[in-house]
Amino acid sequence: MPAGLSASVGHKSGHKPVLDAADIGRAVTRIAHEILERTRGAEDVILLGIPTRGVPLAGRLARCIEQVEGRPVPVGSVDITMYRDDLRLRPARALGHTDLPTAGIEGKTVVLVDDVLYSGRTVRAALDALNDLGRPRAVRLAVLVDRGHRELPIRADYVGKNLPTSQREVVRVLLAEVDGQDAVLLGASPAAGTPGRQEGARP
Amino acid sequence: MTGWLIRGARPLGGDPADILVRDGAVAQVGPRLAASSARGTQVIDAGGLIALPGLVDLHAHLREPGREDAETVQTGTRAAALGGYTAVHAMANTDPVADTAGVVEQVWRLGRQAGHCDVQPVGAVTVGLGGTRLAELGAMADSAARVRVFSDDGSCVSDARLMRRALEYVKAFDGVIAQHAQEPRLTEGAQLNEGEVSARLGLTGWPAAAEESIIARDCLLAAHVGSSLHVCHVSTAGSVEIIGWAKSKGWQVTAEVTPHHLLLTDDLAQDYDPVYKVNPPLRTQADVTALRQGLADGTIDCVATDHAPHPLEDKETEWETAAFGMTGLETALRVVQHAMVDTGLLDWAQVADRMSLRPARIGRLAGHGNPLAPGAPANLTLYDPAPTEAVDPACHASKSRNSPFVGMVLPGRVVATFLRGVPTVLDGKLA
Amino acid sequence: MNRHLISAADLSRDEALLILDTADELARVADRPIKKLPTLRGRTVVNLFFEDSTRTRISFEAAAKRLSADVINFTVKGSSVAKGESLKDTALTLEAMGADAVVIRHSAAGAPHRLARWVRGSVVNAGDGSHEHPTQALLDAFTIRRRLGGGREAPAGAADHQADHQGEGLDGLKVTIVGDVLHSRVARSNVLLLSTLGAEVTLVAPPTLFPVELGGWPCTTGYDLDAALPKSDVVMMLRVQRERMNAAYFPSEREYSRRYGLDSSRMALLPQHAIVMHPGPMNRGVEIAAEVADGPRSTIVEQVANGVSVRMAVLYLLLSGLDPAKATTGADR
Repeated sequence: MPAGLSASVGHKSGHKPVLDAADIGRAVTRIAHEILERTRGAEDVILLGIPTRGVPLAGRLARCIEQVEGRPVPVGSVDITMYRDDLRLRPARALGHTDLPTAGIEGKTVVLVDDVLYSGRTVRAALDALNDLGRPRAVRLAVLVDRGHRELPIRADYVGKNLPTSQREVVRVLLAEVDGQDAVLLGASPAAGTPGRQEGARP
Repeated sequence: MTGWLIRGARPLGGDPADILVRDGAVAQVGPRLAASSARGTQVIDAGGLIALPGLVDLHAHLREPGREDAETVQTGTRAAALGGYTAVHAMANTDPVADTAGVVEQVWRLGRQAGHCDVQPVGAVTVGLGGTRLAELGAMADSAARVRVFSDDGSCVSDARLMRRALEYVKAFDGVIAQHAQEPRLTEGAQLNEGEVSARLGLTGWPAAAEESIIARDCLLAAHVGSSLHVCHVSTAGSVEIIGWAKSKGWQVTAEVTPHHLLLTDDLAQDYDPVYKVNPPLRTQADVTALRQGLADGTIDCVATDHAPHPLEDKETEWETAAFGMTGLETALRVVQHAMVDTGLLDWAQVADRMSLRPARIGRLAGHGNPLAPGAPANLTLYDPAPTEAVDPACHASKSRNSPFVGMVLPGRVVATFLRGVPTVLDGKLA
Repeated sequence: MNRHLISAADLSRDEALLILDTADELARVADRPIKKLPTLRGRTVVNLFFEDSTRTRISFEAAAKRLSADVINFTVKGSSVAKGESLKDTALTLEAMGADAVVIRHSAAGAPHRLARWVRGSVVNAGDGSHEHPTQALLDAFTIRRRLGGGREAPAGAADHQADHQGEGLDGLKVTIVGDVLHSRVARSNVLLLSTLGAEVTLVAPPTLFPVELGGWPCTTGYDLDAALPKSDVVMMLRVQRERMNAAYFPSEREYSRRYGLDSSRMALLPQHAIVMHPGPMNRGVEIAAEVADGPRSTIVEQVANGVSVRMAVLYLLLSGLDPAKATTGADR
């Protein structure tokens, strides 16, 4: 259930584009290459996107890796809603899909993919979710944007763009698969001090 | 002995007049009575108030003896006085049942001691309300309580032969059988008027035919033996029609309707709040309309409260286990104003007829229900129709709080009640 | 979502779909090695059962436990009057124990409405007298959608297709519900919910087992089962209780079964794709023949499994939302 502002609304409400479609494309390509380098050709790698926008990002990375390496990389999604630590602070929300490749995650290197890394709580929840799904050999994290302000001891292994922000700002990632266009927008928060609302623009 | 000069009241809602009360009786009624006649009397400024003959209730449950946790004769008659009543009939379904001279005399004496209004006991028709053997109707008639109205109210005298005998038997002392019309087999486990609402709520339906079939049967029986039948708490349009038919034949059939059946409908049960649980059940808007029309045209003779107090714990339960009944003495006149007068269906003279004159006649109470004329016992009620206020059962004198009108904004206020020239209520408070 | 789930009428189409979609996701937890989610850790769900219904209680218990809630089973045999403690006192006890949700089964219609006035937690109606049983209707809708999703025919047991039905209602599907409509909470909830989801519901029963006035029920009615079957995508058989016979609702079990029971010959009247449902427990040989109940088009076992997923979804959606006590500071974490 994407609740992110639509592109047009985002622009009109004064959000400043910080990455355009070409920037995003380059970032994804770079991350794909980094994954290949550090995992010896993406052997035993599984890409798991975190809904909503981590899922199309994981798909793009998989296609990119396949183009380079000439063989498919398993890709899936892991929904973290049921593992969130703030369920009682928001209205109940719809669940995203959890889709694991048929081979499962046992003994594999899982690369979690998300759009924005902020407090780190989403990733914490994703690690808990993985724990219930199996025992990967290693878990890595790839994000399109790291905007800082971590609240947990978590860091990304692959970062598309480090984006220094103030906590009063909002980062919006738009992806063609979900939003009809590719862009990363930065704007002033309508309600300051609500970082959780903005990470990955997840409803 | 002191008297009272009531200045500027409107008898039966007519032109303002002064009413002089002396020695327990109405002494004079006329415009601008001379001040001299007021010597030794207290004067009440009753400008704008309507003067009615003291109200008479044919149907109240005072619960004493047996359920003093719900109501006593003391608290029930306080409630009655505050509602403008000078006489109430106390129903027989007490514990022990008022089926002997002893019990009815006890209730009668408690009423005299309380002094807030006259208490006229109703005697049970059958022993223990069991519906199988006639109670000693004659002994109750001959007792100090002089019982004339007999009823198993709460249960129906469903045995046709027994009903016939009861109707016949009370002719000897000009008695009347007040029937609680409820065919028992058709209402086993019944909870709510059988219709759209009961179907939706999954509550066992209470068909209108269960009431109407008994009324039709009893009208035929009363006609056959030439006796008097009174129908308690008529609740359906069909009942009104049957009673109208019986009256058109000249049969001695009278009927009452409760204030709640004149105003409330079954859809109030939608949240399963048992404050709306009553026997007979709240019916539909079409029934309410027919009941109002029947009361207006005289098919239904009178309004009776069926005041049925219950302690909180008997109502704070699931619907099915909750007790049937609603309080009503303190709100009856206000509800009648709202449902009948403000809608143009009755004028105040007709209100006096339906709430005092006719019920007194049906109940054989000579001292009540008389016109406001010199010589009549000074039983009267002063009522202000102007103010409006939300009903708050917490303020009621009744021991119980189960008023279905809770929170409803109703017009009117009983300002004073006089019982044989003595105020029981003054300025809206117990005197 | 409201704070409580008491009547299927409380659910809008969007809310009902949210529950079904959520249940779709949660159904897959059952296939995982660890069938447990931490979502309701530290929350307390009380199963308050005034009526014996082991299957419903176990279903709610499994649902709550898979979400890591603490479960307290509070079974009260016999009527509340007989035991001497009132429903209100029971409610206050649960309140003192800090119940976040109370799942109530009661023989009296409206008991959940009353309970909701006395507790702060969410009230889930698990069947109240002849009134409603909304989670049964939800699991029935869920089962129908999985089998016949969106009106399209799908092969039985095509579990992998479930995700395709997200967001879909039951538009245009014809559902025939047969039996004791008058006393059935399952029928009431299903009429409301299935019509909200776009299905066309027909009720079939002997005239004695219909309410006298159906007023605004969003369905059609009939007395002839054979006439209704050829047009049905779903036929749902209701349990008929033997004691109804004594109150003259019908002459005998044999006659009821002949006129309103689903046997093999009546099955032949159904379209090929149609499914047979029963909320259980069944009276085999009365409203449903054994070979029909155990046949491939019967969803009766699936309904039980789906019950857990649907109840997980209901508990999750009722309990994970804004905590009223914390709502004022809900903007931050």
